[in-house]
Amino acid sequence: MLRLFLAGLAILLSCVMATAQEGAIQPLLQEHQAVIAKSSRKTIGPAIDAIANSGLPQAQVVLETWAAKSMWMRKSDGLLFAGEKAEDKSYHLTDFDTGEVVGTFPKKELKQLKPNSGIRAMIGTALVQFQLLDSDRAKRQDALTSIQRDPEAALLAPLRASIKPEPDADLKAQKRRLERLLTIGYDEDTAARIAAIGEMSGDLGVDVRATLNPLVATTRNIAPGTVPNGVNIAVILVPGEDSFSDAEAYDLLVAKGFAPARVTADEMRHRLAENIEGGKVGGVPVVQLDEEEARARAYAALAEAGKVPSFVTSAEIHSALTSYVFYETYAEPSAKVTTAAQSALDKIALKVGVNQTLDLTLDALSLASIYFLAAIGLAITFGVMGVINMAHGEFIMMGAYTGYVVQQFIPDHTVSIIVAIPLAFAVTFAAGVAMERLVIRWLYARPLETLLATFGISIALQQLAKNIFGTQARPLTAPGWLDGAWMMNDVVSISYIRIAIFILALIFLGVFLFIMKRTRLGLETRAVTQNPRMAASMGINPGRVNMLTFGLGSGIAGIAGVAIGLFAKVTSELGNDYIVQSFMTVVVGGVGNIWGTLAGAAMIGFLQKGIEWLNPSNTLAAQTYMIVFIIIFIQFRPRGIIALKGRAAGD
Amino acid sequence: MQRSFIAKNPSVLIFLACLALFTLMVTIFSEGFGVGMISTSFVKTLGKTLCLCLIAVAMDLIWGFTGILSLGHFAFFGLGGYMIGMWLMYERTRLIVVESLSQTEIPPTRSEIVDAIGNQIFGVVGANEFPLIWAFADSLFLQLVLVVLVPGLLALVFGWLAFRSRVTGVYLSILTQAMTLALALYLFQNDSGLRGNNGLSGLQNLPGVDASQDVVSLWFLWASAVALGLGYLLAAWVVSGKFGSVIRGIRDNEARVRFLGYSVETYKLMIFTLTACIAAIAGALYYPQAGIINPAEIAPIASIYLAVWVAIGGRGRLYGAVIGAAFVSLLSTWFTGGQAPNIPLGFYTIKWVDWWLVLLGLSFVAVTLFAPKGMGGLVDYWTQRRSPNRHGANLGPNDGAMREQEASK
Amino acid sequence: MNFLKSTLAGSAVFATLATAAMAAEDTIKVGVLHSLSGTMAISETTLKDTMLMLIDQQNAKGGLLGKQLEAVVVDPASDWPLFAEKARELLTVHEVDVIFGNWTSVSRKSVLPVIEELNGLLFYPVQYEGEESSKNVFYTGAAPNQQAIPATDYFLEELGVEKFALLGTDYVYPRTTNNILESYLKGKGIADDDIFVNYTPFGHSDWSKIVADVVALGADGKKVGVISTINGDANIGFYKELAAAGVSADDIPVVAFSVGEEELAGLDTSNLVGHLAAWNYFQSADSDVNAEFVETWKATMGEARVTNDPMEAHYIGFNMWVNAATEAGSIEVDAVRSAMYGQEYPNLTGGTAVMLPNHHLAKPVLIGEIQEDGQFDIISQTSEVPGDAWTDYLPESAVLVSDWKDLGCGMYNTETKTCVQTLSNY
Repeated sequence: MLRLFLAGLAILLSCVMATAQEGAIQPLLQEHQAVIAKSSRKTIGPAIDAIANSGLPQAQVVLETWAAKSMWMRKSDGLLFAGEKAEDKSYHLTDFDTGEVVGTFPKKELKQLKPNSGIRAMIGTALVQFQLLDSDRAKRQDALTSIQRDPEAALLAPLRASIKPEPDADLKAQKRRLERLLTIGYDEDTAARIAAIGEMSGDLGVDVRATLNPLVATTRNIAPGTVPNGVNIAVILVPGEDSFSDAEAYDLLVAKGFAPARVTADEMRHRLAENIEGGKVGGVPVVQLDEEEARARAYAALAEAGKVPSFVTSAEIHSALTSYVFYETYAEPSAKVTTAAQSALDKIALKVGVNQTLDLTLDALSLASIYFLAAIGLAITFGVMGVINMAHGEFIMMGAYTGYVVQQFIPDHTVSIIVAIPLAFAVTFAAGVAMERLVIRWLYARPLETLLATFGISIALQQLAKNIFGTQARPLTAPGWLDGAWMMNDVVSISYIRIAIFILALIFLGVFLFIMKRTRLGLETRAVTQNPRMAASMGINPGRVNMLTFGLGSGIAGIAGVAIGLFAKVTSELGNDYIVQSFMTVVVGGVGNIWGTLAGAAMIGFLQKGIEWLNPSNTLAAQTYMIVFIIIFIQFRPRGIIALKGRAAGD
Repeated sequence: MQRSFIAKNPSVLIFLACLALFTLMVTIFSEGFGVGMISTSFVKTLGKTLCLCLIAVAMDLIWGFTGILSLGHFAFFGLGGYMIGMWLMYERTRLIVVESLSQTEIPPTRSEIVDAIGNQIFGVVGANEFPLIWAFADSLFLQLVLVVLVPGLLALVFGWLAFRSRVTGVYLSILTQAMTLALALYLFQNDSGLRGNNGLSGLQNLPGVDASQDVVSLWFLWASAVALGLGYLLAAWVVSGKFGSVIRGIRDNEARVRFLGYSVETYKLMIFTLTACIAAIAGALYYPQAGIINPAEIAPIASIYLAVWVAIGGRGRLYGAVIGAAFVSLLSTWFTGGQAPNIPLGFYTIKWVDWWLVLLGLSFVAVTLFAPKGMGGLVDYWTQRRSPNRHGANLGPNDGAMREQEASK
Repeated sequence: MNFLKSTLAGSAVFATLATAAMAAEDTIKVGVLHSLSGTMAISETTLKDTMLMLIDQQNAKGGLLGKQLEAVVVDPASDWPLFAEKARELLTVHEVDVIFGNWTSVSRKSVLPVIEELNGLLFYPVQYEGEESSKNVFYTGAAPNQQAIPATDYFLEELGVEKFALLGTDYVYPRTTNNILESYLKGKGIADDDIFVNYTPFGHSDWSKIVADVVALGADGKKVGVISTINGDANIGFYKELAAAGVSADDIPVVAFSVGEEELAGLDTSNLVGHLAAWNYFQSADSDVNAEFVETWKATMGEARVTNDPMEAHYIGFNMWVNAATEAGSIEVDAVRSAMYGQEYPNLTGGTAVMLPNHHLAKPVLIGEIQEDGQFDIISQTSEVPGDAWTDYLPESAVLVSDWKDLGCGMYNTETKTCVQTLSNY
């Protein structure tokens, strides 16, 4: 009670002060204090409007402080201040009117006002009038973003006025574009709107479509007899035609209250249950009511007796449908505008379609490059050497964890990635060599045993990673310059990190080709692959060559791990996600040929995206059908897309 | 005069005797009928282990004897489980629904009952209509037929496609793995009509049976033991005759068998389908004991573990497969159950929950490298069988051919 | 021979364990049934540690009913059938008096028949899809009306979202939750065309197309919001792609139901500031009990560890169980169960949690914005919302209620006034 009194006194006092001290904003804030503290978008409107329209110079600062979540309320008297964090859970409070620091208070005595993003957007809109001509470029940009988010008719005039004095060319272009969009939506002059629509009709931006689409949005209506005048009609619907069935039409009538509802099976059961008399309903014994037909008979009897509403017959439905007219209307009253908007949208739709295909192609390319990167190491160990390495996925994982560990020691992301890539190669190269020396070389003639032994290593490595790094996903953060996406337009875009992976895949293709075709190791590898005995008799040490080749394949897997960790996640199960796909890639493409692997990756990537496009609501289905497709594909081309011919094909 | 089947295979009798003795012992020590020294949960574990032994026998037939490393047999195992699970769920739910609807004033129609069952079964996964694949779920007999028929047909179609185009060796292994992955992903989808990730649950409760789980678990143990016994007999009979010689020939040198005029593809297809059916029966007995089946059960890793069991037990000998499956799966239960004592090293304590998989993986590598005969090799010490001296050459040129060290004279 | 030996050895071990259990009668056993290995270990290990910490604290306070508490930890290894087996083992071999455990719905469904058969007691701490009520389970996590519905209301009313993208991992919780939300949104006048639904596999990492699809939804001028039931580490790829596409929380807000402090630890949140999550608890909750809880947790587990919502659920559940057992003067399941109804305990966010007769808690709903440090800034907190086992927004469930106290039925049809079933149908 005392507090309330004090608060009232404070308001009174400050009102007196307000007359004395011209233009204080605190009284205004206190007037709306309850609403501001409640912080709900539905009720906050008057408070924001009052502050924005107060004409006080502090209004802008207040709104900006509020939006930045730096406005604090002193619990003792309910006054609002700008707060700034001081040491030890306390805050410096600054008075909005005087701009002076009132004092430092512990957090317990204060309440932070946290406007949610809905309120922040409203504040942003209110701020537009102050910010459009602000000297700070960033604030002008904020204003434009706010307009973009919530376009309003009232913003058109200030926006127009601000175009001419705009010094920044980029912002000026943005303002012009926004002005066009607002004109389409809110200008009073129809001709100006149509002209604006015409100007924007070739534009791909989501905002253009977002402006045009509401104009041509339709609602379904019913009228008895004939179509009323004075509405902008999109189409007149005839019940019974393909997109508008009789049932749908009747349901619409029922929904609008023009016709009685049909009796549903559920309702029938209820009504029957209500009318049980001496073990019978409408003359039908209850025990017989487990048949649809008996129920209908009983219900008909009840309806005859007038105890329940009777069935709606098809003749009734028909007559109801013929006595009403069904039509769709535009919300926009001007027919000229809707026609122009529709034709502009049609024009855009075609362009959007083309660009979406392009975007999908980019996605598919990106996915293909990821699969290629994951599979290229395998293409060496499996494709060239014929060794099934089930632990390949774990080598990818080791590479990713190497990246994570490096980032723990080198905080600079760019440097850490530059260090991580060769280090990941070194680590997995060593692991690969060790595995080849210890296990695989004893099993060269036994591919099935190799498969199982490497699987044993795979589960051991996976569990080891869990024991060392824990089961939580670890962060591997890309350097800042790889953040964001390359946006061709509002439809086509691809993130820089995916572009980087694509380039990495290309580099590896080049490196692989170079090593295989131009270096001694490549020559020896090919020799050993084709005929180890003959190669040995030529002075090549097959053991050493096998060791190095296997190390190379594993090392590349390690680098792929860093790349995959950057765009996805680093967990001990990372390898699992890629191992089957990688094998598929190699097998589908054709073993022993890097171009085959490339073709395989491309096919799987494009196929998966294609199926995703056909069924956008279920990505899992896309993966399932892709694998089924691959199984069938292998039946018809057991040796893959690019099959080796002649002697190199082996058996 | 040919010797009788039993005389040629003394190990079959020994095995059957051991199995019978084991079943008897468990029954005597159980809570349901005996002195209660073995808990019901352990009886269930043992019953499930017997089913795993049965699928290991199937795996040994296809891998150890025919040389086809199938990494997809758990797909058939799981499908068998799904088929029986559908009936169990349907029937149990039907009883509940009929009971509950009989309390209403108006007797329910047939379609209302079916709708209510559908609502109960699929309500949790956000649907309420019966998919087509549940068409026969109301009949135990038909579902039992489907237990064999569905996996059998899948194996037949898949095998026909694969063997016809001469996919062999590791390619076939990867293809079978892709098959089981595709099936698992398909079942993971809610739209597949088998309740997606949740799968079918509560299978241990037999509809219309009031007996306690102490007793039911023993019924299933007996059924599993009988199935294992019969499966073992069947497998031993298959591999002991001419058919067995042909498939062993295919394992070691497929080309030669083909040149001798045998239709290699038909033999492979027959053995592939047969083992799929055995796997399905094992699955149909396994999942009512496990209580729940869901798509994770048929993920590729399960089938790889199956190969691991057979390899550790010793491939190419049926009792090896049984020993491997029983030993590894029970040991795995023991280690992951937290019963194995931790080993304090001073600076670090080895917790077996964390390190068991590392141990399993490495011991598996060791078996492949150093003891290709697996645990079955121990029997050879006892019976004093030795490996043939083939100067380091395997029994044949094929990928799946037996190694010199694995074979016995 | 070997086979026989090993099984005999195994049974011998179990026999000795059984006798050991009988010998140690002077402690009260608390079963902890959380996966310590496999895919779910990432989330569940934390809960095991929480339970051990709570039990230690209780023992330091003098235990329960004059006896010390003893934790029996088993590892169901993220293997759903193994959950049923381990639950049976806990109840029959170790003879525990209560079980705290499970994370996924499927594991709970796996355990249900065993718990009901043996009349055990399970405390389930995770937000779930509802549509279930078992006599033997107390659901201390959020039902859909304590998380999904309030978050959707927040979208509709506070953010003015008119078009919804429901993205989820393809399993039961997202499927059922999205079903409920779809029906709820339609009831709020959102058209069919304005609801976009997509399901992805566990651990999905290729999000570019889905994010592009979501951005394209904005083409008809309506404000788009994403409701995410994406599970586990798939979130990392999703949020990375979201950040790369430059989708700011002010343009397309994302509210997640399965992303907490633990999940955010796996990624750099600087590009995600402002996106939302809805829970009943955040580590940043401003109360003295919470400060103390967080401090103890960090002292036990290390400074880098965070607390999350299911941990609070266990905290409330465990303390309620202790109080109920003290009140009943017994740890016998039925006695404790009756004492649980109406049990009150202060939750960590400042209010009081109440156990309702439908085995759910009344808890406040919090909505938090992601901050740069990986914590959540709580921007909305409701008063306590009573959990509802059967949702009101699906026609089949709307007629069902659960009341174990007075009606003694978990699935009571209010229309026909009959109890559909007393045992769960899993």
